[in-house]
Order: sequence, then C-alpha cells, then structure tokens
Amino acid sequence: MWRKYVLFPVVGLLAACASAPTALDLSLDKLTKEGKFRVALVAPVPEPAVHQIHDWSIRLMTPDGTPIAKGLVYLNGGMPGHGHGLPTRPITVGETAPGLYRVEGMKFNMPGHWELIVAIQANGTEDFAYFNWMVALPKAR
Amino acid sequence: MRAGWIALGMVFAGTVHAQAPWSPADLDTIASMRLSQVPAAPADASNRHERDPRAIALGKELFFDERFSKPGNVSCATCHQPAFQFQDGKPRGRAIGETPRRTQPLAHVAHNAWFFWDGRKDSLWAQALAPLEDAREHGGTRALYAHLVAEHYRAEYEAVFGPLPDLSNVPRDAGPKGTTAERVAWRALDKTVQLAVSRVFANLGKAIAAYERTLVHTPSRFDRYAEALVRGKPRLDESERLTREEETGLALFIGRGRCNTCHTGPLMTDHYFHSTRVPPREPGRPDLGRYLGADEALADEFNCLGAFSDAQPAQCRELRFIVHGDPLLKRAFKTPGLRGVATRAPYMHAGQLASLARVIAHYAEAPESLPAERRIVQGHVMGSELLPLKLSDKEAAALVAFLATLDSTTIERATAVAKPE
Ligand code: HEC
Ligand code: HEC
Repeated sequence: MWRKYVLFPVVGLLAACASAPTALDLSLDKLTKEGKFRVALVAPVPEPAVHQIHDWSIRLMTPDGTPIAKGLVYLNGGMPGHGHGLPTRPITVGETAPGLYRVEGMKFNMPGHWELIVAIQANGTEDFAYFNWMVALPKAR
Repeated sequence: MRAGWIALGMVFAGTVHAQAPWSPADLDTIASMRLSQVPAAPADASNRHERDPRAIALGKELFFDERFSKPGNVSCATCHQPAFQFQDGKPRGRAIGETPRRTQPLAHVAHNAWFFWDGRKDSLWAQALAPLEDAREHGGTRALYAHLVAEHYRAEYEAVFGPLPDLSNVPRDAGPKGTTAERVAWRALDKTVQLAVSRVFANLGKAIAAYERTLVHTPSRFDRYAEALVRGKPRLDESERLTREEETGLALFIGRGRCNTCHTGPLMTDHYFHSTRVPPREPGRPDLGRYLGADEALADEFNCLGAFSDAQPAQCRELRFIVHGDPLLKRAFKTPGLRGVATRAPYMHAGQLASLARVIAHYAEAPESLPAERRIVQGHVMGSELLPLKLSDKEAAALVAFLATLDSTTIERATAVAKPE
C-alpha cells in the first residue's frame, strides 16, 4: 500500500509540467501540499556532483516547527522536463535525531532541473512536498 | 572581381568561426564536453588489483589470447578490435555464433556503473566473465580457463593473485553454464573445488578489467575547437575550426535537439538507461533491456556483494540502491557515448539503424512517444522518453556533420594525451 502510494505522485509530478518553469522556487523548507507538515530538505555538503551517490537528510515537523519522530518519510525525484526518474532508488535508513531522517542512495545522472518529492505518513495522516533542485555542470578541471 | 569576393569570404569565414555567437550558457556546456574534462575513472572497490601493472599486463595478454576459447580461435579482440575502437562494425557480435546485441566500443569503459546494453553486470571484471562462458562467444568453461592459466600464465597469475589451486582432479571441461555434460561434470566436483576454480575464473576477469581500464579516446576535432573557444582565442587555426554546418549541428545538439540531456558530459553519455523505442530487431518480440538486466545484476554470483568481490558490502552502493522491477525500464538501454560514433556504423543495441542519417530520422520521428495526457497509464510512464523533433533536411544533415567532428581512435592510457588518473 505504502509503495503504491509513493509511486503515483512521482509519475504524476513528471506529467504535471512538461517544460521547466522559468522562475523556480528553490526553497528547501516548506509546508506540505495540504499544509499538514513542514518539511526541510538538508542537502549534502558540498553540493552533490552528477554521477555520484550521496545522502540527504529530511527534517519533519508539525506546521509550527515541532519535530515529528517515528514517521514514515520517503524521498524520490525525477526530471520533469525529460519524463524520467532518479537512476537510483533511495532508502530512508532511519532517524539520526528525533524528526531528522537520513536518506541514502540519491544520485543524479544529468545536470539540470530535478524535482524532488517527499512523501510523508505520520501522526495518522499523509501528505507530500515538492522541491526543485538544480544540478550544476561539473566544475572545469 | 568574383574571385576577390570568394577570397574575401574565405578570410571572413576564418574570423567568423572564432566568434561564433555562443551564449555564455552555451559556452559553459561546450566547455563541459571537452575530453580534458573527463574525471578519473571511479575506483572499483570489488577489484583490488585494478591498478596493479602486473594485472594490467596479464589482462592484456588474456584479452588477445585466442587459446582462451573452446575452438581456440576466439579472443575478446575477435569482436573488440583495437583498430575499430574495440568494436567490430557488425550489427550483432559474432564468434562461434551470433549474439542478440551489437558489440560495444570500450574506450573509457571503466566510467560505467553498469555494463552491457542492459547493465546486467555491475563491474568490468564480472562483465568479462560472461563472454568467456557464453556458447556463442568464447564457448569454454571456467574449468578450461583455470587449466589454460595454469599452463600458459602460471607465474604471471601467481605474482598477482597468489598460488593456483591444485587442478589435477578437475576435468578440463566443467562449468555451471556449459553443455549438459559440462554441467554434470561441474556438479560432481566438491564445493570447495568449485569455489577454487570459480575464484581463478573471477581473477581472470579482474586482470582483464585492469587492462580495459587503460583504454581511452584520443581528442577529436570538436575538442580542439572547444579548447580554443574556451581559451577565448581571437582567431582559430585551421585545425581548430568547425564549419558553419558543424556549428549548427552542435547548436542543435546542445539546444533544441536536447541530445545532450542523455548524451551529456565529455563522454556524451549519462551512463544510464533510457527507453528511446528504437524499433526492435524482431518485430513483436522486443528486447526488454534494463527491465531484465537490473534483476540479472542483482542475482549475479559475481556481483559486488558476491563471494568473489573484494568490496565491503557497504561499498556496493549502486547495487543497494538499484532501480528494478520498474516498468519504466522496459526496453530501456544504456546511453552510448558518441565519441568516434561516425566511423562505427551500424547503430543501436542490435545494429538496427544503418547510418547516422537513420539515427537522426529516428529522433525526429520519436516512435511510440505518447502525448503528455496519455503518457501515464496506471501510474507508469509509457512509451518513449523522446518527444518528436521537427528538423529540416539541412538541420538533420548538420547534426550528422557535428557527430563526425567527434572523431576518435582508442588507445591505451599510457600513451594517451588525456589527463592521467
Ligand atoms: C562474439 C563477440 C564478442 C566477444 C568474443 C566478446 N564480446 Fe564483449 N561485447 C560483445 C557484445 C555483443 C556486447 C554487448 C552485449 C549485450 O549488451 O548483451 C559486448 C559488451 C562488452 C562490454 C560492455 C561495455 C559497456 O559499455 O557496457 C565489455 C566491457 C566487453 N564486452 C568486454 C569483453 C571482454 C573483456 C571480452 C573477452 C573476455 C569480450 N568482451 C568478448 C561482443 C563480444
Ligand atoms: C532520452 C535520452 C536520449 C536522448 C534525448 C537522445 N539520445 Fe541518443 N541514445 C540514447 C539511447 C538510450 C541510445 C541507445 C538506444 C538503443 O540502442 O536502443 C542512443 C543512441 C544514439 C546513437 C547511436 C550510438 C550507438 O553507438 O549506437 C546516436 C548517434 C545518438 N543516440 C545520437 C543522439 C542525438 C543526435 C540526439 C539528439 C537529437 C540524441 N541521441 C538524443 C539516449 C538518448
């Protein structure tokens, strides 16, 4: 059930916008779609390079910012302009602090605009949040 | 008078090319495609011998040694021919029999996370073992190869991998993938003997992989052009120029054609799998590509998590986070790199398209590409990832002309101009 639940929004999102929006909201801290949770994505430092597997963290909170422990948090993504998903299937390995969830196995195989989606099940309810992420061209060598 | 105009035009052409109207973003993209930008190949934790010069030397011997086959006349180089970018120019690889797919070229092959068109192997050394035991390719068994190593390369092998096991009770033809008789002979062996023979076999793969890691592309006309552009040279030398048509092709490649979304970076590949719905070789029986390849990689006894790997399980990250069982992967194949592409027809995973003109026509048409509202069926993206591309005949020809500027031969890195690792 959970699996099905997370699969659908990802493809839905890929279909939603066929072309990259011009002004992207690059905020990594926002309320979920229906306003049930607040979610902050914590990107790895330094910023993940293309073709490398990296780990992220997700901070799950109530809308007023109280951490939510023991929730189910799932991170996935894709390139809305291309119609394909991530080249890996990330795994949420657990909480490193109450409300701070560690996700391993993210990878980007192309520079450009990626959409990341966080699906949440906690406190007896569920919701989603979408984030935009730009993968830069590799730095000149 | 007329001759004067032509002469003037030629001089003019020289300077115009030096100042092609590339936007800063285009220049960044072009800069990122230079061969000099290829990073060091990622280390393969499952092969601790991959940088050992003795392993490289042994691997090279093995790669070209026709004795390492059942009929005694097939080597890796039968299909991966050095003079032809380590491929064979045939629609499908052929030795003892014909394989269902096209022989892949090998320059910079160590940059992949997954090997074969469907990525059914997760390391270069595990890949090398497949053709050795395939009845259509080398056709031998792992017992045969262990005996051949003992007879022809004992010292070289033992210097890298330690003592060979005692093979006196191992039949010459025995292996889990062979003929019925060979499989029966294999099953009759003690488990510890099986393990010892398989370990020798795996080590041959590790030596071959160490050699393959040295294979790289030479710089192309495109690289000379791009390097000069990036340095901001006011006037390009003859050898650094692209024609107007080639520049148009490059602009399409990185622009409206969206080729560099998948064919990205200096090797012009994202090293991943995409469904572009090239018509299958056998209509009605499409090759499912990565959809099956992902599960095969997970089940492979020689994968990163297997008994013959030198990696800690935590290092096997690609395998751990593999996407599998996803219908999106049906008929998806690994994006080929495009360096040297113009001189290695035919194209695609089964050599279905005979020329680059046919390839471009495929991208223009984008078969099985569904409109946005019908792309999602029961929660899954269906059909091709491509969108049809409107191209005039001139633009199609320009793309072909640009691809020809990626000329390359494949050499061993020791003599390469490219950056050492
Ligand atoms: C009969 C011809 C033939 C022989 C012999 C052969 N290959 Fe191949 N090779 C192929 C074909 C065909 C493919 C693609 C097959 C597929 O995807 O199913 C391939 C794929 C590969 C790849 C994958 C490249 C990539 O980008 O994923 C490597 C590496 C390779 N071969 C190395 C070898 C080595 C090493 C040997 C000798 C041990 C060898 N091959 C023997 C035909 C051959
Ligand atoms: C969605 C990703 C994607 C896009 C976009 C794309 N390609 Fe490809 N390309 C592939 C894949 C995957 C293959 C191999 C398909 C197969 O074998 O079935 C391929 C194969 C090729 C080949 C054949 C190479 C060989 O060794 O067989 C050429 C040439 C090529 N593409 C050029 C282009 C050009 C030019 C464009 C832009 C018009 C383009 N590609 C856009 C993914 C893509």
